[in-house]
Amino acid sequence: MGQEPYVEEYTIQAGDFFAIGEASTKFKSTLKMLGIPSDLVRRVSVIAYEAEMNALIHGGGGVLRMTVNDDHLLIEASDSGPGIPDVQMAMQEGFSTATDEIRELGFGAGMGLPNIQRNADSMVIDTEVGKGTKLKATVAYKQS
Amino acid sequence: MILRDIVSLIRAEVLSGEELLDSFDIECAYGADLMSDVLAFARPGSLLLTGLTNIQIVRTAQMLDLPSVVFVRGKKPQEAAVKLAAQIKMPILLCQMSMFESCGILFQKGILPCHIPDRGV
Repeated sequence: MGQEPYVEEYTIQAGDFFAIGEASTKFKSTLKMLGIPSDLVRRVSVIAYEAEMNALIHGGGGVLRMTVNDDHLLIEASDSGPGIPDVQMAMQEGFSTATDEIRELGFGAGMGLPNIQRNADSMVIDTEVGKGTKLKATVAYKQS
Repeated sequence: MILRDIVSLIRAEVLSGEELLDSFDIECAYGADLMSDVLAFARPGSLLLTGLTNIQIVRTAQMLDLPSVVFVRGKKPQEAAVKLAAQIKMPILLCQMSMFESCGILFQKGILPCHIPDRGV
């Protein structure tokens, strides 16, 4: 890897459930190409996919960005949606405000944020009701 | 157990990826209609069994490096899901059995669950 961090960014279109996962898939391809170990690639993929899904379901679309640093991978998701009124509540497994339509598709079971946390080495949520949510998750890169 | 043997055990129809059936050795499986749970609990390399049919089923499997998906209860995946699976070389199997029966048969024949707390797995 070079000195400058590699950055990849995609826009998540509101309501485009069909396309969800495309950005995460591209991240995954990039990481594989960079020779990142497969367990780290998988963790980043799950984080990105869940974040992408959240930005679509709850945030009305947004931006998903991945930064490949020398010692860690950073995934950021930002949206201008309604924000999360109670982050502690949102972190509880099973708590969800997703619609029935999303649930029928197999998502919105209240596992997204806990799952991101489970796969990340660190996770920070910056949210404000009425303004939106920014999520940052890191996965430490260890040389194998 | 190679995927071809699984096809035979649950009398599945191979919708795509016939040529790949001998390439995957399956040790464990995860059966769910909740992709959020699959993302949380399925182990890489597992076989996914589900009754949902949308494209996100294939994407979820792709994210977790799950080699193949079995659509149970006679469900057929949507066209977009089939296309994506073909593109990423993921065999798609169709099974008329219920989730319970298909999982039961595989378990009986030695396919393991993804998490076995007693064994620390």
